[in-house]
Amino acid sequence: MNATVRKLIPQLITILVVVLVFGFFTINAQTNMDNRGIEFGYGFLSQEASFDVQFSLIEYDGSHSYARAYLVGLLNTLLVAFIGIIISTILGVIIGIARLSPNYLIERSAAFYVEFFRNIPLLLQIFFWYFAALRALPLPQDAEAIMGVFFLTIKGLFVPRFVWENLDVFFYSILAVIISIVVIKNYARRLQENEGKQLPVLYISLGLFIILPLLTFLIGGVSLGFEIPVIKQLSTTSFVYEGGLGIPPELIALTLALALYTATFIAECVRAGIQGISKGQKEAAASIGLTPNQVLKLVIMPQALRIIIPPTTNQYLNLTKNSSLAAAIAYPDLVLVFAGTALMQTGRAIEIVSITMLTYLSISLSISVLMNWYNKRIAITEK
Amino acid sequence: MSDPIIKIENMNKWFGDFQVLKDINLSVEKNKKIVVCGPSGSGKSTLIRCINRLEEHQEGNIVVDGNELTENTKNIEAIRAEVGMVFQQFNLFPHLSILDNCTLAPVWVKKMPKKDAEQLAMKQLEQVQIADQAHKFPGQLSGGQQQRCAIARALCMEPKIMLFDEPTSALDPEMIKEVLDAMVNLAKAGMTMIVVTHEMGFAKEVADEVIFMDEGMIVERAETKEFFANPKSDRTKLFLSQIL
Amino acid sequence: MNKLNFLKPDKENLHTYLYIGSSLFFISILDVFLGAFFQINITSFLPEFLSFIFPLIIGLIGLHLIRIEFTGIKNLDTVNKNINTNTFNAVLTLLIIFVIIKSLPPLMSWFIIDANIAGDTKEACTGTGACWTYIKIWMRRFVYGMYPNDYQWRINISFILLIALAFVGYIPSEKLKKFLTLYYVVIYPIIAFILIYYLISGGAFGLEWVETGAWGGLSLTFIVSFFCLIFCFPVGMFLALGRRSQLPTLRYISIGFIEFWRGVPLITVLFMSSVMFPMFLPEDFFMDKLVRVIIAISLFEAAYVAEVIRGGLQALPKGQYEAAKSLGMGYWKMHIFVILPQALKLVIPGIANTFLALVKDTPLIFVVGLLEIVGMLNLAKTNPKWLGFAMEGYVFAAIIFWIICYAMSKYSYNLELKYKTER
Repeated sequence: MNATVRKLIPQLITILVVVLVFGFFTINAQTNMDNRGIEFGYGFLSQEASFDVQFSLIEYDGSHSYARAYLVGLLNTLLVAFIGIIISTILGVIIGIARLSPNYLIERSAAFYVEFFRNIPLLLQIFFWYFAALRALPLPQDAEAIMGVFFLTIKGLFVPRFVWENLDVFFYSILAVIISIVVIKNYARRLQENEGKQLPVLYISLGLFIILPLLTFLIGGVSLGFEIPVIKQLSTTSFVYEGGLGIPPELIALTLALALYTATFIAECVRAGIQGISKGQKEAAASIGLTPNQVLKLVIMPQALRIIIPPTTNQYLNLTKNSSLAAAIAYPDLVLVFAGTALMQTGRAIEIVSITMLTYLSISLSISVLMNWYNKRIAITEK
Repeated sequence: MSDPIIKIENMNKWFGDFQVLKDINLSVEKNKKIVVCGPSGSGKSTLIRCINRLEEHQEGNIVVDGNELTENTKNIEAIRAEVGMVFQQFNLFPHLSILDNCTLAPVWVKKMPKKDAEQLAMKQLEQVQIADQAHKFPGQLSGGQQQRCAIARALCMEPKIMLFDEPTSALDPEMIKEVLDAMVNLAKAGMTMIVVTHEMGFAKEVADEVIFMDEGMIVERAETKEFFANPKSDRTKLFLSQIL
Repeated sequence: MNKLNFLKPDKENLHTYLYIGSSLFFISILDVFLGAFFQINITSFLPEFLSFIFPLIIGLIGLHLIRIEFTGIKNLDTVNKNINTNTFNAVLTLLIIFVIIKSLPPLMSWFIIDANIAGDTKEACTGTGACWTYIKIWMRRFVYGMYPNDYQWRINISFILLIALAFVGYIPSEKLKKFLTLYYVVIYPIIAFILIYYLISGGAFGLEWVETGAWGGLSLTFIVSFFCLIFCFPVGMFLALGRRSQLPTLRYISIGFIEFWRGVPLITVLFMSSVMFPMFLPEDFFMDKLVRVIIAISLFEAAYVAEVIRGGLQALPKGQYEAAKSLGMGYWKMHIFVILPQALKLVIPGIANTFLALVKDTPLIFVVGLLEIVGMLNLAKTNPKWLGFAMEGYVFAAIIFWIICYAMSKYSYNLELKYKTER
């Protein structure tokens, strides 16, 4: 048989099978929907949602559209992902480095942490924090004030809300700091190339970062007030805090569990990255006279980061996907709000589930594409 | 006779329970080339790694160009700036170009302007005949080219002493010659060199003295001609008969 | 006695420094110990804050005094190099020791000393510690779910048989060794299926039918994990081969399939299987909840297994492919006899990781209404007769999962070592 034909046949068969399967599904879907009188279409998105959401970053109530509800859920998911990524990265880096410590106690403690949190299902950890640990917190009326203004209660963490005066001036000062740091870095680099002198860029940047915004307070007319949460009695047994910002316990439990769990994997990534650098690199760098800090900054970290960053980004993706477990504790993330409540109300299973999955798919794929681009750019040139 | 540039007195070193260097007494004068040979595990690599404090000695003292080697970091850094080392595994920095490998230390340690550092680097790269590869990366070069680049990198700090830890042992046979040639040129230019190697041809051509080590001790030390013609100890004789 | 400089301990007065230093260190540990276990505060005469940081300061001074390089005393040198290289290290060491000591009494008291295990009702839990009575009473539910008590022997027999049959691989008969792969890949799953279908599910041979909705607890965890493991592995293997195929259609379909399942969270997949999937099937075609879940999870995990196996296929040197081809082997022969055996050995840790993730993902099936052990816990804690024991339940489940997962990862680690030395 001709080689081309031999290659063509399996492909044609596969395409045929795929088409048949999809056709089968589509026909059934059509029939089922006709039988139940459901129409297919995405028009429902502009209908009124008529359900409330416990926690939202943007203005929302029952009179807004389903599309807006989708946005609320999406923002809540991104919020959890964002905070979770930051905390788990910091924690993961510390524990990863601790795993390499020559100090027996430190290394064993880090190893214990990793083994402990890695082998317990994430859902179980979320349940533990939400139903067991956070339930042990006091009622609003019994809560002790931390530093006078923070209240950790069973109904959530209540923190003072920032009340800004002339926020835009402050914002511009931050912008100015960033721009000046970039300028100074460039200047320092050129100075070193031309004259060999080294500027303490880190200290200068820190100094600017602190002083400039501070100046705006003194002379720029910016002022920062705090709206402190104050307890208010709703009824004989029910108290609540007014003013300030209330962080719902669902958010706390979810973020905490996600961060602690993902940190274990990030710690292993960091450890693998640093261990992957052969000892000879450190020795060679030391033998040409570089100080330990310079060895770390110029030789070890550039190589280690190349090994660490790809799997760590994968973990960030996992964290974002795992945030969908919020449905289990009623934190209004994308899945609960849209694929849960909205779906139950409208019955538009196919449309809603497809939109939800598409959203997660886009997030995953764009991170993958970004990662591939990054890998190609920084790849160490080899033969 | 001038003061020795390296002076090691009564040095002892242990790895845990195991004593790897026993009662080492060694002085090396400026511009001398010393070859250290011996069977595996005799401590030769450890000995030269103690000179630039990649290994720590527990007893005795080591003085390099007037500076004593202790835990004092300032001393260690001063000594490392004057002592260059070439490793068996090359240990070039794979994420930097050849030129950047060489200019890294001059720029960051000696605070040289980049242009001057690059001029210096190109000069050293030309000496080892690898200047045309300056903008390539270590992963793109052969073993012999990488090792020559490693030599140039060490020379860019303008050291007074060069230590070589089995520089050709990881090379394919056809590349050994190019690296040895570079080392011979360096020797002829007057550098103080301590070379741990099995290449006896190199020793015969360039070394002033040869040291034979076994089981952590310096068994024999003699001028090159004497060493090969009249080895005094039985162990030396045995070793030479296996190697030559 | 030579000059004693407390800021710079040296070898001259070795013994003095050692005695004073270690005594101070011992005193600091003692202080924390007495405070934690016996509530005795030996520094109660100091103001509260000073009393609190007293052990840290004393311990630091003690460690500083014994920080002498190269004393020649082997143990001391090891300890110094290890936990006492500088002040920062010493602080961390002390803090870790203090935290361990301080956390032991409350843990011991909750778990054992003040806990209860006797009795039958909530009232039996009188102590302030854990109420293990709750676990004891609910144990049946946690293991068997809502499966009727009288028929639980069916589950027991099935599992005993399955475990026994799993060890067939250890029978040393040479003649039968050829059939081992066939046994594990085809026969064993079929036996498992028959057992599940007829014994556990029932409905024939005089056994009462138990609907899958009633299955639950640990037994369900095992059933779901087992079947998903069996299915996701071959599917993943085919996907990996498809992704590396030269035929563009196969390749793109495989890539699309893999990236789709890897890009979405498992919970949306389960939602899809329970809510969207029925729409795609003919009206009267009823697929059991459990079957749907197993299919969904298997497809999901297959995509991850595919990526792991693909890594192994890529890591194999090209020479293996070329040698097999030059011996005249076709695509399938080459892969079955040469490529896959080697590639799979390479990726044992990756596959073990995926299996571990699968076991840890089983609690998510609560979304479709199936209650494995975590689901049963959530159900139990809302029972009006047993309110307020959420903590005990979760700790119990955590211990069980931890043991299973830890054992699995240790087993895969040993497997990896064994194959490494064989190479």
